[in-house]
Amino acid sequence: MIAESGHYALVLALGLALIQSTVPLIGARLGDVALMNVARSTALAQLLFVGASFVALVMLHVNSDFSVANVYENSHSMKPLLYKITGVWGNHEGSMLLWVSILALFGGLVASFGNNLPLSLRAHVLAVQAWIASAFYLFILVTSNPFLRIANPPIEGRDLNPVLQDIGLAVHPPMLYLGYVGFSISFSFAIAALMEGRIDAAWARWVRPWTLVAWIFLTLGIAMGSYWAYYELGWGGWWFWDPVENASLMPWLAGTALLHSALVMEKRNALKVWTILLSILTFSLSLLGTFLVRSGVITSVHAFATDPTRGVFILLILCLFIGGSLALFAGRATSLKQGGLFAPISREGALVLNNLLLTVACAVVLFGTLYPLAMEMLADFKMSVGAPFYNLTFAPLFAMLLLAVPFGPMLAWKRGDLLGVTQRLLAAGVAGLVVIAITWAWVRGGSALAPLAIGLGVFVIAGAVTDIVERTGLVRLPFATVLHRARGLPRSAWGTAFAHAGLGVALIGIVCETTWNSEYIATMKPNDIAHVAGYDLKLDGLLQRQGPNYREMIAEFKISRDGEALTVMAPSKRSFTTRGSSTTEAALLTRGASQLYVSLGDATAEGAIAVRIYYKPMVLLIWWGPVLMAFGGVLSLSDRRLRVGAPKPARAKQRLQPAE
Amino acid sequence: MRRMMVAFIALMLLALPAAHAVLPDEIMSDPAKEARARELSRELRCMVCQNQSIDDSDAPLARDLRLLVRERIAAGDSNAQVLDFLVARYGEFVLLKPRFERQTLLLWLLGPLLLIGGGLALWLQIRRRSRSGVDVPTSPLTPDEEARLAALMSDDTKSSELRKAT
Repeated sequence: MIAESGHYALVLALGLALIQSTVPLIGARLGDVALMNVARSTALAQLLFVGASFVALVMLHVNSDFSVANVYENSHSMKPLLYKITGVWGNHEGSMLLWVSILALFGGLVASFGNNLPLSLRAHVLAVQAWIASAFYLFILVTSNPFLRIANPPIEGRDLNPVLQDIGLAVHPPMLYLGYVGFSISFSFAIAALMEGRIDAAWARWVRPWTLVAWIFLTLGIAMGSYWAYYELGWGGWWFWDPVENASLMPWLAGTALLHSALVMEKRNALKVWTILLSILTFSLSLLGTFLVRSGVITSVHAFATDPTRGVFILLILCLFIGGSLALFAGRATSLKQGGLFAPISREGALVLNNLLLTVACAVVLFGTLYPLAMEMLADFKMSVGAPFYNLTFAPLFAMLLLAVPFGPMLAWKRGDLLGVTQRLLAAGVAGLVVIAITWAWVRGGSALAPLAIGLGVFVIAGAVTDIVERTGLVRLPFATVLHRARGLPRSAWGTAFAHAGLGVALIGIVCETTWNSEYIATMKPNDIAHVAGYDLKLDGLLQRQGPNYREMIAEFKISRDGEALTVMAPSKRSFTTRGSSTTEAALLTRGASQLYVSLGDATAEGAIAVRIYYKPMVLLIWWGPVLMAFGGVLSLSDRRLRVGAPKPARAKQRLQPAE
Repeated sequence: MRRMMVAFIALMLLALPAAHAVLPDEIMSDPAKEARARELSRELRCMVCQNQSIDDSDAPLARDLRLLVRERIAAGDSNAQVLDFLVARYGEFVLLKPRFERQTLLLWLLGPLLLIGGGLALWLQIRRRSRSGVDVPTSPLTPDEEARLAALMSDDTKSSELRKAT
């Protein structure tokens, strides 16, 4: 019954979405308030039904109802409860259901918190949301129904892919989806603005918080996925420039650009057309990501979804939405009025430069991802584009961007004084140079790039600090005044500083890890000692253990440094009987921001085992950086301006309210 | 989308006799040569994996390629010769950093071209706008907008008067 109810709820949600995608628009044409308000109720009802459908699938997984194909293929009665739940989205059908659930969640949020939106704008926004929702409900119902029953239910399930049986699966996909799907809001706002043919600074103020929310989740989602790969895959890699990763990086780059251009639009009423275009592109890239992953076009051999009907369906959705929105943009964009003027050297100018560099970086990633596909299809030329290509093309763009980052927030709007800002950033620049010199001297030769990059990272962090110091008057004013000014500083200024500093932090982590990572690969017998980066690792012994749905072999290492015993590390290797596959559980020892990383290979007949030990200096900075960025985003989101300052449109109704 | 998952699955399918990329028995005795081998390995694709270098991959094929690279280095090949040898055998597909040639021209040049083109377009636009006058001609308010403005203004004065009164 649960499966059928879930299925039926999804069908009802489709019905509601179809109503929501048409009726409010008719209402807006006719100026009928009641019809426009339909959008609000349907959006909330949709959330209810999709939510019910999602809960139904979760219940089926928790109950291990193997009469449902999706549960049979991805679950096992012995699986721990957490993985029974997370397994819901550890497969194609379930993850699409999560996708639409989050879409409905955002629709519901706009419906409930969009009271200060002009009625017709809200009607348009929710209608566009419903178009997206309808397309994806149809996709699920036609090609990927998670509630399909099996005629002769098997007794036991086939278990979830062991690598996915990790806490990472509980956090990473939902976060990433909140990011991807969150950008649908700015997309819907953009389409609504184009359809209504009007857009103003207030529009940017409504859109910015939604974009910010999506961006925060996407930032955390990507970072989380990267850390998951780092500890789960067993060789300490954290970014592979894999098409699937690129699919998440592209919306992030475009979304970051959008966040900044929306700022210009909100503050200065400029860059309107460009902001609209970016809103469209950001969500289009999210859709493209869905297509790349879900259709299996990237690898015909190993990706989950190799069923061509799914691929063609998503391709159709993609063409319809991207093509349609761009056509609408081409037709309507010229009717949008251009806004405020600014000198090339100004805050606006800096944000335009930011947008240029981020968009080019995004285009490079997009090209690198799609070029091999295009060449294979059009010219029958098989080629690869991997990490070395991106290191050469993407990295210089980001270096340029980072060099400019500290200047942006310190330039004045309209017309800035570059020389003055340079003087104010002198201390930050000197800090960067000193760090370059020290690092250079410390590593004595070697790659010149690493000290330079670290210096750049320090410059970015010091620049962010300088901005706050300047604004609060630290150093030159008495402490009480500084404190007062710090409290009075808009939260968004703090947010900017944190987010920008996060970039520098991540850069330092990336450089340290890639340059000074030491590794030790060997076959070890019990009582052998490995020496890595000043640490001594003594293999004490190997033992076997039985887990809930796997067997594991654990190796115990006694770790010491300079004769002082520190701790015991126990990396393991798990073999999952149902799927006949295994995972490596690396052991990590965190020392400050650095980590010692031990993972196991195969055991030999003589009781020895292949071991990989890494010392990764400053590696945690790679993820602390994005966490700082997200924290900056949260601060900015809590800014008064975005919270209560959301503009109240002048409507007749409000004149009736008391003035105070 | 679930970026790692596909990578994981690709990996798991290939990794059944699980082993971790470079194995102890592969390592060359000369550290300088081994370092060259590692450097080259990072630029070579494991052809049955999803965008993994042979340095990262557990696949048996990756191991074969790693051994082949080391064999060539031991035989005295330069880095370029090793790459040429592998391209002759497996095609350009094996290179993670595509060569700069006719088919890949656009790929390599896109970034710089876009940057220069975009920069130029922006510069021209700024010049044109600053030459065409101090401000863009703004259209006068429509009667409807005038009325709303008037309503707003009177609203404002009323509320400030009220505030004074309280």
